[in-house]
Amino acid sequence: MKILKIILLLIVVLFSTTLNANEDKLQIEITKNLRCLICQGQSIYDSDSEFATSLKLLIKNKIKEGFSEDQIYNFLTDKYGDWILYDPKFNKNTYLLWFLPLLIFLIGGAIVSKKLIKFKK
Amino acid sequence: MIKKITPFLIVSAFLLVFIIFYKGLNKTNLYNPKIEIKNIPNFFALSFDTQEKIDSKKIFDENKYYLFNIWASWCVPCRDEHSILSNLSQNNNLEIIGLNYKDKINNAKKFLDDLGNPYKKILIDQDGTIAIEWGAFGVPETFLIYKNEIVKKFIGPLNENSLSEIEKAIE
Repeated sequence: MKILKIILLLIVVLFSTTLNANEDKLQIEITKNLRCLICQGQSIYDSDSEFATSLKLLIKNKIKEGFSEDQIYNFLTDKYGDWILYDPKFNKNTYLLWFLPLLIFLIGGAIVSKKLIKFKK
Repeated sequence: MIKKITPFLIVSAFLLVFIIFYKGLNKTNLYNPKIEIKNIPNFFALSFDTQEKIDSKKIFDENKYYLFNIWASWCVPCRDEHSILSNLSQNNNLEIIGLNYKDKINNAKKFLDDLGNPYKKILIDQDGTIAIEWGAFGVPETFLIYKNEIVKKFIGPLNENSLSEIEKAIE
């Protein structure tokens, strides 16, 4: 009976630590994707400014409240704008940013293939 | 032909780089988001005087102008803007609410004893999370509120310009 209790206790402890570890991992992942708005070239994860420490805490609380990663990003962009995200969202202001590399690649490819065809001839 | 173009290209490239860097020098590093939150957030905070939990809905419910000021005793610019807040506290059309940001209560009390208390109510933000709900960056920051909406936001200390702007708005 005693052994059973110990095993049960161990399972509970293990389960709760993995749960916490998952939450921490998510928090780190999110804070690495956020730009510290008052620091120069640092993420929220890297920064120890007052703003960043509060934001880390807020994210931790939101995760505990059951917010998903996207919900947290939306919450923060509502307050601070898209600039807070390192990875800009796809919208009418950023479509050029997303499509331009692809466009350049296609145009480059077209030029190269045209030259190759000419060369073969 | 190429020999003629090369110096011209080099000079114009240098000029372009110079202009970009020169413009960058004058650009402010302070980031100001384009989207302004209009509605004030809902939150619970402890009262500075009574340590009671207060619902934010019950603070800004009257039909008048409110000035919500985030401050701390350790913040030097807050000291600078305090005279402007004291000046505004004389105005009957306006109620000033303070949010004491990441501060020690004894230091904050001493700050108010030294410089005067312009606030009708003071709330406590011990960990800075309430300021983030407001979309604030740090201290000091001030919001002019009317009918539960943010009319104007001031990042950094209030100055003579912001004073006249506030006075004009609440007339």
